[in-house]
Parts: sequence; C-alpha cells; structure tokens
Amino acid sequence: MEEQLNKQFKPLNKIAIPKLQKLKKIGYDVNAKDKIYAFLFLGPSLLILSIFVFYPMLRTLYLSFFLTNTLGKPTVFVGFNNYVNLLTSSTYLNSLKATITYVIAVSMLTLVLGILLAQAASKKIAGINFFRTIFSGTMGVSVSVAAIFWLFIFNPSVGLLDQVTTFLHLPTINWLTQPGWAMLAVIISTVWMNLGFTFLIFFGALQSVPKFLYEAAEIEGASKSYQFFHITFPMISPTIFFISIITLIESFKSFGLIDLMTAGGPDNATNLMVYRIYQDAFLSGNYGSASTQSVILAIIISLFTLMQFKLLEKKVTY
Amino acid sequence: MLNNMKKSKKDLLLQYTGLTILAVIILIPFLIGFWTSFLPTEEISKGILWSNHISLNNYITAFTQTPIIRYLFNSFIISFLTMIAQILFCSTSAYAFVFLKFKGRDLLFYAFLATMMLPFEAEVIPNFATVRSLNLLNHYSVMIIPFLASAFGTFMLRQAFLQIPGELKEASDIEGLSHWKFYAKIVLPYSRISLYTLAAYSFLTSWNQYLWPMLTTFSDNFRPVQDGLRQLQSQESFNNWGMIQASAAIVVIPTLIVLFFGQHFFKNGLNEGALK
Repeated sequence: MEEQLNKQFKPLNKIAIPKLQKLKKIGYDVNAKDKIYAFLFLGPSLLILSIFVFYPMLRTLYLSFFLTNTLGKPTVFVGFNNYVNLLTSSTYLNSLKATITYVIAVSMLTLVLGILLAQAASKKIAGINFFRTIFSGTMGVSVSVAAIFWLFIFNPSVGLLDQVTTFLHLPTINWLTQPGWAMLAVIISTVWMNLGFTFLIFFGALQSVPKFLYEAAEIEGASKSYQFFHITFPMISPTIFFISIITLIESFKSFGLIDLMTAGGPDNATNLMVYRIYQDAFLSGNYGSASTQSVILAIIISLFTLMQFKLLEKKVTY
Repeated sequence: MLNNMKKSKKDLLLQYTGLTILAVIILIPFLIGFWTSFLPTEEISKGILWSNHISLNNYITAFTQTPIIRYLFNSFIISFLTMIAQILFCSTSAYAFVFLKFKGRDLLFYAFLATMMLPFEAEVIPNFATVRSLNLLNHYSVMIIPFLASAFGTFMLRQAFLQIPGELKEASDIEGLSHWKFYAKIVLPYSRISLYTLAAYSFLTSWNQYLWPMLTTFSDNFRPVQDGLRQLQSQESFNNWGMIQASAAIVVIPTLIVLFFGQHFFKNGLNEGALK
C-alpha cells in the first residue's frame, strides 16, 4: 500500500521540491502558522490529560503525605508516616507478597503456554486455521464473562471440577474459600484470559523467523528441541521480553477478576494491590493510605514501563 | 518409502491429537458456559449437568427480566464515542508532534510519554473527586470524558506519522496546502492501518473497563455491560446459574463473531502496533 501511495504522490514531489528550495532561499517562512495549529491540534488532548492524568498524579503524591477525612480532604500532614506504616504493616506486606506471587505465576504461565500454542499452530497441516481461531478465542472475552465461566467451573457444589473430583473419589476442594486454592483459581482464570492475545503476538513473531534457518538446521540433522532453543528462542526473544513486560504490568493492575471471583478473600489471600487500594479508599474512606499505596504501585509499574520503552527503542534502531 | 509414509501418518495423528487437546483446554470454559445456559437452573443447582431438558428459557429470562440489552447498548455508546474521540484527538496531537514546529514541543512530548508509565488505577482517588465535583457521576460522560485523549494513542500514531516521507510535506507546503488539509487529505489516509488499530484498541479498552464504571455509575440507565454482569451476578439471582450463563453468552457471542471475521486483519494490525 505504501508503495502505491508513494507512486501516487511522486509526480508532485518532482515539481514541488525544487520550488520549495527556491522559496527557502528567498527566506519564506513556511512554518508561520504552526503555533496556532499547535494550539488547536494539541489543546484538547492537553486539557484532558492535565485534568485526568497530570493533576491526579501530583494530587495522589500530595495526599500520600497526609491523613484524610472520610471525604478525601487532607487533614494532618504526616510526612512519610503513611509509607512507614504501610511497609511495616504485615497485612500490606502480605498483599504485596500475594501480588508478586500472582504476577510472577501469571506471567510465566502466560509466556510458556502462549509460545506452546503458537508453536503448535505453526504446523502447516489441513484445518490449522480452525485451531488458530480457537487459540485466539479468549481475546474476545471480557473480565466479567471470564469470571462467570470460571466461577461456575470452580463452584464447590455444582461446578465441573467438583464433579470431576467426585467422580475420581477425591476430596472436594473448596476452590474459592481456601487461601492457596483461591490464589490458584484466580491465576488459572487470568492466564486463560491472557492466552488469546499472547498467542496472536507469538504466532506473528514465529511467522517472521526466516524459514531458511530451520531448513539449514534440518540438513545438519539438528533435533526439534535444538532448533527451538537455538533458532526460535533467540529469534523471538524481543517478543518474549515485550510480552513479559506487558503481562507483568497488566497483572499488577488486576482488579476485575479479583472483585468478581474472591473479593480479595479468603482471609486476604487474594487481596492484590489494586483491590486493596479500592477497599481502603472507597470502602473504608482511608484515602491517605490508599494514595500512598497508589504511589507505590505507580513506581513499580513505571519501572516496568521504562524497561518496555528501552526495548522499543532497541527495536527501532535495528 | 512405505515406512516413511507410515511414520508421517503417525506424526500427523500425533499433531492433531496435540492440537485437539490444547483446543479443548481453551474451549472448556466456553463450552461449559454455553451448555449450561440451555439447562434449567433447578437441575444445574442439583449438579445435573448432563440433562436433556434443553431450552432457550434462560435467554428469554435474560432478555425480558434483566436490563442486559440496555447494558450492551450503554457499553456500545460509551465505547463508540470514546473511540471516535481518541482517533480525532490522538491523531491531531500526533500530527502536532510530527509536523508542527513550536517551542517546547519535545518537552511536551516527553510529558506525554511519562504519563504512559502511570496506571489509571493509581489515579482513581483524585479522579473520582474531580468527576464528583464536576457533577458528572452516574452519566455516560463520566465514562467518556476522562478517556477522550490518550497518551498511548498519541504515541502510537506519532510512530506511524514519522514514516510518512518528508517530501510529501514539503510538496504540500509548496502547493499551499494548509496543515488542516495535509492532515485530513494525506496524513490520515496514509496511516489508515494504524488508525484502524487504534480504533480497535480504544473500543476494546473502553468496552472492557471495569473499575471506573463500577465507582462512577449507580443506575441501569448508564451502567455498561461489564458492571451490568457484576450486578446480575451479585443480585438476588446469584444462584440462577442458567440465566447468568445465558447473559454471559449474550455478551460474549457478538465479540467472538467480530473476532472471528476480523481475525486476519486484527492480527496484522496488532503486530504492527505492538512491535513497530
């Protein structure tokens, strides 16, 4: 398409470029109106971002140094007290620990299963498109639909897993009311939701690995697993990095599945960072501490996003 | 020779078996959900999942006794308007960053980039106070206005606009094309793939919003579908599994159809957007 457009506009260039050079020589300012346009073109975005991104960022930081009343108005300046209190509170550290467990497990499983699906779907056999469509299917699933599907599967009295364990004469597992199992249930549901998108991205990456590399390896008699670790893996490593960071960031922000499936329970076992912020701010009216937690969350996510930018930069240069 | 053929046949069988196992694992939640949506709730709650009392009753209940259609309509309005606004405002601001020369441009661009690092989730507390004081609570506008512009969209389109050959701009300057005309007649058509990608991305992001609408809408007239499902599920009907599954199916089927037909296009767009 780009070629076509270039062709379409080329004749214009032939006349225009010499003309422009002449104009520049006689000192014609082609950028005179830029300032007005800049104001018109950037104004709306700037206004929206100022009100809903720049201001709240500073406000959150400000609130994190205060105690607040139930309306969210700052009352007493407490310096770093909110931070110290949080980082020495065992419930907050537990929430942090739960979040890290969840984030790492979700990212690892998403990565491994995503690559596995993409690798399986790369086979050139009849009907493969059918499988590709299925593998990308969970991309169309929103958080509340996923939660309903999985809540039913994990339901201790009527759910599918219960029927399976009963059939196998295994003890019933109360998936969503026992701490460890609840965490596992939330992890499984999240990974399932992530798979569609991850599969599509990895599938695209695998397609772009030059075929001759595999052909050469085949001739040399290299095994499939050798080919995977010495050709596929290095060739798609930028994509692996990209997906890890995206998944890490998204998992740190998890809220919907937690709210629908466990509401942070049982016994705060799945009370992840964002859910805790929501509880402290909007259910307990503890805006100061919730703001402090928001700042900590923002710092963690910023670090990962910075890494992502670095990766993008690298991709652009080579 | 014969041996080889036998081996490849066995190989093929193995591959199909593997693919089928993976497909079934991915599909199980869908299949269970869809299947139970046709069963009477009384049987589901007794744990009878292999029943032959199949009917559309749950769908009829969902359509007639819950506001599910209204929820879908609300979500559509909100996502559609957000998408249009983001395409317009992200493309104009990306244009400014690429084709306009003005003081402080780079500084401003870095400020835009910096906001991409901050999760919306970490800013809900002041944002909630803002929309409350602007009297926007419980209305479509509260779910649209904060997302009219996006730093991510601006960044993505900027990357696309940077690929437009510089000669085109110079040529259009000579022909006396105003910035507005150059933007509308050349830049937008030239970058249409990226615009489609942004459209799909912004629509889906808005459609999947959960936390923000949950905090800011309290009535079924404006509630989008994600929070609508939450509402159905947490209300008196908590144990009405058949109806809940039918509602989930009503919500997910349109997206699956769009995904099915748009898959090829969407795949290319995603790869371009994500890995450029």
